[in-house]
Amino acid sequence: MSKEMTTRERVEAGLGRRRRKETMFRTVGVLATGVGIMFLGVFFATLLAKGSSAFVQTFVQLDVVLDAETIAPGGELDLAYADFEGLVRSSLRKEFPGVSGRTERRELYRLVSTGASYQLRDMVADDPTLIGTTQSLWVPAASNVDMLLKGNIDAAVDESLRPLSDAQIEWIQALQDSGRVETRFNLALFTNGDSRDPELAGIKGAMMGSFYMLLVTIALSFPIGVAAAIYLEEFAPRNRWSDLIEVNINNLAAVPSIVFGLLGLAVFINYLGLPRSAPLVGGLVLTLLTLPVIIIASRAAIKAVPPSIREAALGLGASQMQVVFHHVLPLAMPGMLTGAIIGMSRALGESAPLLMIGMVAFIVDVPGGFTDPATALPVQIYLWADSPERAFAERTSAAIIVLLGFLLLMNLAAVIIRRRMERKW
Amino acid sequence: MVIADSYRLVTYMKMAAMTDTRIEDPTPATEAVIDAVTDEPDAGSDVGIELPAADAAVAPNAELGGQTVGNVHCDNAFMIAENVNVHYGDNHAIRDVTLEIGKKQVVALIGPSGCGKSTFLRCLNRMNDTIEVARVTGTITLDGKDIYRKSQDPVALRARVGMVFQKPNPFPKSIYDNVAYGPRIHGLAGDRAELDSIVHSSLERAGLLKEVKDRLEEPGTSLSGGQQQRLCIARTIAVNPEVILMDEPCSALDPIATARIEDLMDELCEDYAIVIVTHSMQQAARVSRRVAYFHLGHLVEVDDTDKVFTNPQHKLTEDYITGRIG
Repeated sequence: MSKEMTTRERVEAGLGRRRRKETMFRTVGVLATGVGIMFLGVFFATLLAKGSSAFVQTFVQLDVVLDAETIAPGGELDLAYADFEGLVRSSLRKEFPGVSGRTERRELYRLVSTGASYQLRDMVADDPTLIGTTQSLWVPAASNVDMLLKGNIDAAVDESLRPLSDAQIEWIQALQDSGRVETRFNLALFTNGDSRDPELAGIKGAMMGSFYMLLVTIALSFPIGVAAAIYLEEFAPRNRWSDLIEVNINNLAAVPSIVFGLLGLAVFINYLGLPRSAPLVGGLVLTLLTLPVIIIASRAAIKAVPPSIREAALGLGASQMQVVFHHVLPLAMPGMLTGAIIGMSRALGESAPLLMIGMVAFIVDVPGGFTDPATALPVQIYLWADSPERAFAERTSAAIIVLLGFLLLMNLAAVIIRRRMERKW
Repeated sequence: MVIADSYRLVTYMKMAAMTDTRIEDPTPATEAVIDAVTDEPDAGSDVGIELPAADAAVAPNAELGGQTVGNVHCDNAFMIAENVNVHYGDNHAIRDVTLEIGKKQVVALIGPSGCGKSTFLRCLNRMNDTIEVARVTGTITLDGKDIYRKSQDPVALRARVGMVFQKPNPFPKSIYDNVAYGPRIHGLAGDRAELDSIVHSSLERAGLLKEVKDRLEEPGTSLSGGQQQRLCIARTIAVNPEVILMDEPCSALDPIATARIEDLMDELCEDYAIVIVTHSMQQAARVSRRVAYFHLGHLVEVDDTDKVFTNPQHKLTEDYITGRIG
């Protein structure tokens, strides 16, 4: 370097290096974003590819003779003892008159879901005048039939390696040829509770469980969280105690969720004697989990309110409380709501603490209240992912899609609320 | 708050340190003042120019700490500050300030940045209460009663001593609600009609009614800066205070908006006592009856405005108004 270099020359000499650094940094940024998007894309693509088929289900058309003698022997209708299964079986036998022998017949019966007889029973219960007539109705096919038609069971492999026998595949073919097989929207997925039979299993029980749980969570954690944030931010004296509280709240936000589950088990169930597997307890545990999140978000929202507004109100003679409730809170509300919704979506996706409080049980009934046994969506996913039946694999993915859909909706709501309330002025 | 306060504290100390080094030329230059203030009051001549450093630098503290020169007393005094000291933590921001504020007059507080004039102003309606590290000693009385006594509710005090801030800070509500807020929280209006008339008369007196009467429901933040500041004044007088404190009310405004506010102050001082902090000496000369010069927390000189600007008694005052300290 010569001493004669002017400032300008020095600057220009360094320019190339600076530009290279910037380009490198940009490239790294683009790469990082690209990799992130790629992972997300793979995730969504596999989910959709695996799960979308669960939203349709194969149905079989049967002509069922609602024989008065079978349903109501002696003219007396007894729904609990009436042999609807027998009616379904005889209609299948009628469809395939050539099938004989116990084993073969049993294989034939397995083409149709056990749900068919329930469907028949409900139909008769609704309208007893149908007794004695012949009804043509669509009943859900057994899950293996469904899997075969969706291509998840390979008919080409050896008979011993697949759950359907050659005869069964032939019958399905025959039904298909006579136009008695159809795929329809799988409404049962949204209207049924859990079941051991994949074709009958639905997520309604889990959805309602999650719904009741979130209701408890939001009803408790939002008011408590906001009140705590307001007190800590606006009224509490600054001293060693408030510092300690602040540090602990921040730490609580980072505590693994399963620990909260254990706490819930020990306190709410063992000590307070609240029912196991209940959305009430789940909601309480999730409240503990989301409280720190809401407090932290609310405090940040309160801090973001410009001090000039506070001073203006104080200067007019507003009391501290009036300053908070007339001016600070309305301005901080969008931020608080966003925090609450983000906390809620975290609570919705949480499964570990629920395992601890018994919400992982196999529960068929759709919960009707806060103390009924229930599961939650993420736990249902966990349960189904554990099931050996092939058809549960696609249902697991479908349940994940539904859960993600709810999370997306909640985050969308957070964005909309923030936009709407901020645009006000 | 803590962060804001410590920030303020640091800024304050920096300012103080800066001022220390900038007092450089103690030579009197009264003529320049007369030129700048009395002869051409509206010419906008800048008195804040820094003059080149002179040879004899005098430690300012040697001249500080004595009695306030001039006349701290006045006619109709009803707000009296005696030996007021303010500490921000370890920082002694205001030292032994004694000042009387009379009815129906404008008192201007001037002085270099960080000299404590805003701090003193905020003592008068106890806005310093919100700063945890601030400690105020001495007495400030309003109508003979100490405003720092235990039984004094700061809320009631602030209804009597209103404040207008440096930056226009209307609430993010409608123009009407901005003005109606004070009367509402203090329960000054019995019904809607009464509230309407308070809002209208306040806007009228703030000289804003003509411009906004057809859009009272629009947000206050949609107004221009000058209009916003007049809205803030309207909001303050809607509570009908006895004293209005103004903390550099025109520093964020253009000259035309400033002139309007100054005219407004002339009108308002027929009903209220006004204490204004200002950096503009022309403004002090134009609007105030009395001027108080603060320096490093000391009240150096107080007197009638024309006396201070034409014949300052204290060297520091003279240096400041001639532009040697800025």
